[in-house]
Amino acid sequence: MTNTLHRYGTAESFVDDYVIFALPAKGGGQEGDPLPALKRFLEIALEYNPVNVGDAIHGGGTRPTEHTHAIEHFARRPTKPDFKKVVDGIDAPTTFSAVFSTQEDAVAFVKRIAAEGLGLSVNISSSIQNALTCCKEAGLTRHSVGYSLGFEGIHDNATNRHVLALSTMCGHGMISQSLAKKMIDFVKENRASEDKAVAALSRFCSCGIFNPVRARRIIREACRKTF
Amino acid sequence: MQISDTKCVGCGNCTYVCPMGAIYIDPKTRQAAINHDECVECYACYNGLSKEHLPPKTVRLTRRLMSKLWLRFEPDADICPTDALVPDELSWPRVVRRAFSDPRVPHESTGVVGRGTEEVKTNDVSNRVDVGMVGFTIEFGRPGVGARFRQIQEMSMALAALGVKIQPKNPVTALMTDTDRGIIREDILDEKVLSAILEIAVPVERVEDIIRTVWEVEKRIDTVVVLGVATRCDDDGEERTVAPILEKLGYSLRRAKTNLGLGRTHIKVIE
Repeated sequence: MTNTLHRYGTAESFVDDYVIFALPAKGGGQEGDPLPALKRFLEIALEYNPVNVGDAIHGGGTRPTEHTHAIEHFARRPTKPDFKKVVDGIDAPTTFSAVFSTQEDAVAFVKRIAAEGLGLSVNISSSIQNALTCCKEAGLTRHSVGYSLGFEGIHDNATNRHVLALSTMCGHGMISQSLAKKMIDFVKENRASEDKAVAALSRFCSCGIFNPVRARRIIREACRKTF
Repeated sequence: MQISDTKCVGCGNCTYVCPMGAIYIDPKTRQAAINHDECVECYACYNGLSKEHLPPKTVRLTRRLMSKLWLRFEPDADICPTDALVPDELSWPRVVRRAFSDPRVPHESTGVVGRGTEEVKTNDVSNRVDVGMVGFTIEFGRPGVGARFRQIQEMSMALAALGVKIQPKNPVTALMTDTDRGIIREDILDEKVLSAILEIAVPVERVEDIIRTVWEVEKRIDTVVVLGVATRCDDDGEERTVAPILEKLGYSLRRAKTNLGLGRTHIKVIE
């Protein structure tokens, strides 16, 4: 999906970014009920330390909150993702994603999913080398590859690179560049913790592919330098 | 999308969350307002902002009193404290904005949420991009500028003039009145969307032509273009054909979406 493909950053910046997703084929080329297999995909993912999981309809592990009583205004909101809520809320077949921040976890998950034989198409969206390593370690050969050629005219030395890196982590464009800049500035000014800033951004991603570990690293770096 | 003038307290949180920068505080009313020409009905504000239901009059009074002491009422940056955003009932042609911009709304033409593209993510089952072929996704508007269909049409017409077939199962194609010439229906040409994607498939020999055409059109349309190029791998999993062409054109290939070849014609039955 293009929502996972085009993320601003150098190859090195994806060192902790493995988006692995499964989906059923459309158009009559496949038989069987995909929903139980998709749910199983996510349940297995939870065994391998994902940093986010989600589906394309309901979102990821950190979702917007709704207060019903005024006194809740003074309560702390959760910043840790709730993966159980994601799995329990599954009700329709769509694209299901799991995000990992280490090669070990990603490789282990891919090996397990390959062995499970769910029959769903599974893709890895990451640096080319990361995906190649996952395939080799799992004993798989790549079937097809879709390259991102990057954003035309926006180069590696863009002055607002940290903002771009954060906002393009939601491939549907739901994380505005203004909000990404605001969260960097809030952490820089000590008006918000890194956890709070990352959770605020994560809530806007509607398909669960936002990577909070990479986001935290980008915010931390942006607080120290512009370039 | 509208903002309720009885509920909005002018805290400014929503002005930051709009991907198009279409929300601002009107200095006359001191409340949030939306530039509806720039708003793409993506619902990032409505779906993404957490909601509180604080009493607006109390909040306004509190803000006024606190401002006298140079203090500020500051809810968390991703909250609307009074749930002041109110979705509109959208009609044609404005409803097209939401179809392309709100990732939770499925496209009628493909039934898929998001931009509704297939690419190679299920190529192991569909064989949509066969050996010797290359699939392009030409995305407009991301990050953060949006695109109008008039700009997208410039590209679709330029590609059609090369004899390229625009992929049929795609939401943009579904809005064309003439797919052979890449012409999009006139009543939506000025509608703005957060992003939209053209999909084409060509023989590998045409990759350079297509990319040079994209470069030429991209220079004259006022939006951002991002290209995805997809192909089959060889039997040993290596990709030796398209990557060298792209690198010769000056691209530094760093990120990709890799189909692992695990899809099958039958999905496993899970008890």
